[in-house]
Amino acid sequence: MDIRNEILATLERNGRIDLAELAVLLATDESEIANEVQAMESEGIICGYHTIIDWSKTGKEKVSALIEVRVTPKRGIGFDEVAERIYKYPEVASVYLMSGGFDLMVIIEGKTMQEVAQFVTMKLSTFETVLSTATHFILKKYKDHGAVLARKYEDIREPFTP
Amino acid sequence: MSIPLNRTVEALPPSGIRKYFDVVQGMDDAISLGVGEPDFDTPWHIRDEGIYALEKGRTHYTSNAGLMELKTEICRYLARTQNIRYAEDDVFVTVGGSEAIDLCMRALLNPGDEVLIPQPSYVSYEPCALLAGAKSVIIDLREADDFRLTKQALSSHITDKTRLLVLPYPNNPTGAIMEKKDLEAIARLLIDRDIYVLSDEIYGELTYGGRHCSIASIPGMQERTILVGGFSKVYAMTGWRLGYAVGPKDLIAQMLKIHQYAIMCAPSMSQYAGIEALRNGDEDIAMMRGEFDKRRRYLLHSFAQMGLECFTPYGAFYVFPNIGAFGLSSDDFVMRLLREEKLAVVPGTAFGACGEGFIRISYAYSLDTLKRAMERLARFLSRLKEA
Repeated sequence: MDIRNEILATLERNGRIDLAELAVLLATDESEIANEVQAMESEGIICGYHTIIDWSKTGKEKVSALIEVRVTPKRGIGFDEVAERIYKYPEVASVYLMSGGFDLMVIIEGKTMQEVAQFVTMKLSTFETVLSTATHFILKKYKDHGAVLARKYEDIREPFTP
Repeated sequence: MSIPLNRTVEALPPSGIRKYFDVVQGMDDAISLGVGEPDFDTPWHIRDEGIYALEKGRTHYTSNAGLMELKTEICRYLARTQNIRYAEDDVFVTVGGSEAIDLCMRALLNPGDEVLIPQPSYVSYEPCALLAGAKSVIIDLREADDFRLTKQALSSHITDKTRLLVLPYPNNPTGAIMEKKDLEAIARLLIDRDIYVLSDEIYGELTYGGRHCSIASIPGMQERTILVGGFSKVYAMTGWRLGYAVGPKDLIAQMLKIHQYAIMCAPSMSQYAGIEALRNGDEDIAMMRGEFDKRRRYLLHSFAQMGLECFTPYGAFYVFPNIGAFGLSSDDFVMRLLREEKLAVVPGTAFGACGEGFIRISYAYSLDTLKRAMERLARFLSRLKEA
């Protein structure tokens, strides 16, 4: 694996890793890591840094939903324009173009179910290119971004083995 | 009244790490770097295959030598990784690598035969040789040779009675490896003197920087090598108890007799999981090897920063730092580190007398754990330096 892929694979799992430490792990020096990270940020390969949070443990109300959207693509620009109109809403967390029975997958986060319903009925479904929507509320997150939320790692090994 | 027991067994020394066990048991926030097994759980697709085997009722004895499918996969594995050709009859499946070591010694050795055991090395070779009625001849490996077995060290220990050489590489506890050139250097000697080799390659997939080379792949060596492999370290399957031995047909047939009477067969569900591991586990190995390698670099870097001398190991998941500069025996060092900093490591002497002056640190732990552990170790060392 080249150094860029090594950096990305590590950062994807631990965005907080210290660059000096990363240099030790990848057998290179800190300045090379820093240069590569900066270059990948400006090239738009690294688009941001996130924290994985299990909001259900905080007591703060938060509702997420997946919305399947069917749209009529426009001549010349396909799905891009309608996708852009959707992703500009700050409550929209993700928008993907999909293969299969519908076109866009929209992931939305709101404070309440009401708020999400409002977005779907008052905004999304009123776009003239949107043919239909189907909203699925997320009831529980078991695993997110590769992290298992339900379980804490526990070392059950014997303390000494030869 | 005292019951007369087997004198050979009674004379076996107890485990050298038992006393630390008792100390660590009473501590709540101890960190142990004393473990000889991966921290990863068995990859899910392999576990799933084990579960499927249970669901399907594949819970009966298999043939003594193990499932034919598994033996075929083992042959394919050795062909693709080491370019050594074996037939299914040359292989049988054991309860971990440990069983294969025991059987090899019992099937090969007669009273008075000598077994060459390079140390520091895994704890079971000497007792197995003793139980087989043979005499252990220890070869002290040196840090100056990167703990490799040199031709000189080997030739100076060979006698007319030498029957078997144990070749424990990649090595537990030092992390040393033998490269092709090192193996070629000793092969001639072994062929000329008609000595068998028990090549314990349980850590064979865990080398960093280059692929492991088996001595069986050196011309003329396959017919005198019993290659012991297993699933424990490579696929994180320690608890499944699954390993194998491959080697010359005549010897394998004798080993299989003991296996048949003492063991019957390796656990059936583990064998089914093992087939899946060999067929579809290459990516898991690559992932774990990559993680181990990062931790290895991290530890060596930390040691350099705290002024702890350590030779660069390229195998297994252990480092073997030299504590000679601190004026403590391995035993005292380890006990004080445990009592004062609640950090558990294993003294080098647990792996042979020549491990004196060294400690074994395992990096089968998350980086976070290793970081916390290195803080404790650094604090301990700076106190020793001040004193």
